[in-house]
Amino acid sequence: MRKLLIGVIILTLFNACKSTNNAKLPILGNAHEVTKMVNGKSATVTESATIPDFKFVNQYADTITRKSLDGKIYVADFFFTTCPTICPVMHRNMIKVYDEFKGDDNFRIISHTIDPKYDTVPVLKRYADKLGITGNSWWLLHGEKGDTYKIATSYLQSVQEKNPNGEYIHDGYFILVDKQKRIRGTYMGTDPKEVDKLIEDIKTLKADPEEAVAK
Amino acid sequence: MKFKIIGFITLVLIVFAISCQNDGQVEFNRYYSGGSQIYQSHCQNCHGAKGEGLQALIPPLTDSIYLNSNKTALACYVKNGLKGKITIHNKVFDEEMPSSDLSPIEIAKVLTYVTNSFGNKMGTINLEQVTADLGKCK
Repeated sequence: MRKLLIGVIILTLFNACKSTNNAKLPILGNAHEVTKMVNGKSATVTESATIPDFKFVNQYADTITRKSLDGKIYVADFFFTTCPTICPVMHRNMIKVYDEFKGDDNFRIISHTIDPKYDTVPVLKRYADKLGITGNSWWLLHGEKGDTYKIATSYLQSVQEKNPNGEYIHDGYFILVDKQKRIRGTYMGTDPKEVDKLIEDIKTLKADPEEAVAK
Repeated sequence: MKFKIIGFITLVLIVFAISCQNDGQVEFNRYYSGGSQIYQSHCQNCHGAKGEGLQALIPPLTDSIYLNSNKTALACYVKNGLKGKITIHNKVFDEEMPSSDLSPIEIAKVLTYVTNSFGNKMGTINLEQVTADLGKCK
């Protein structure tokens, strides 16, 4: 009888562990209510926040829009190549994410430069080469300063032009976005533990049936 | 009697040797632990917790031969920054390291830390040495 009880307990624990593996990631961002016509009647539905349309240029001078990320899970961050503070740490950690998923064409990393004046396309290409990134898994994006700062707010990030010391201020977060362009997680890019969590969450998200069918 | 005297002198010499070594060791420990803090707040973001650098962008601090052959220039590099091509572990780096606002004693401490961590072992780089080296910056 006692053995049976122990067996049941072990099974219960095992199942508890298993169920957390299948956990769904939360949907972040400000959900908003929209009034829509449903079956000829007006109804109020809650829609989750999504990343709006954008247009930037990557290190190969290719135009990248919201559509370029259709059917892809991606991670976004904000940086600049001459940043002496947190960026080297962020990209040292981002290389781990890149190495883990670079073979997957349904995955991307996009890094927006917040200093487009200095970080021109050739500068970004040179940075990518020195970082050892090739192919299309990791895009370094150049765009109008206003456009970049605006898109940053969609990623729940704050970017400031310059503080009194002449330094750019930006958050060091990595933002995980699903195929429906919804934010599913934010991770401190300077913390290796959070970046390990990001890698796990990307795997969880990839396994989510809702993501498998999304185009 | 003779043995006693010799024994006593030997003992005195041993005590001296130990205490001298301890003085040196105490100074080293002081520089090294202070340097560790300075490294974390001023150098680690770029050069990494293990002095590993970042790909071809930021050189590692693990090339003992480079550090040894540039020992007297290191203080100037930390103070004024470093620009132009350098070869570390047979790889060419050509980025710019910014200057720092560290004081000579802080430079001495952080250099002692770097040149005795990450597989390097160069002993204490003290304030006197750093002051002299800084006077000869190009």
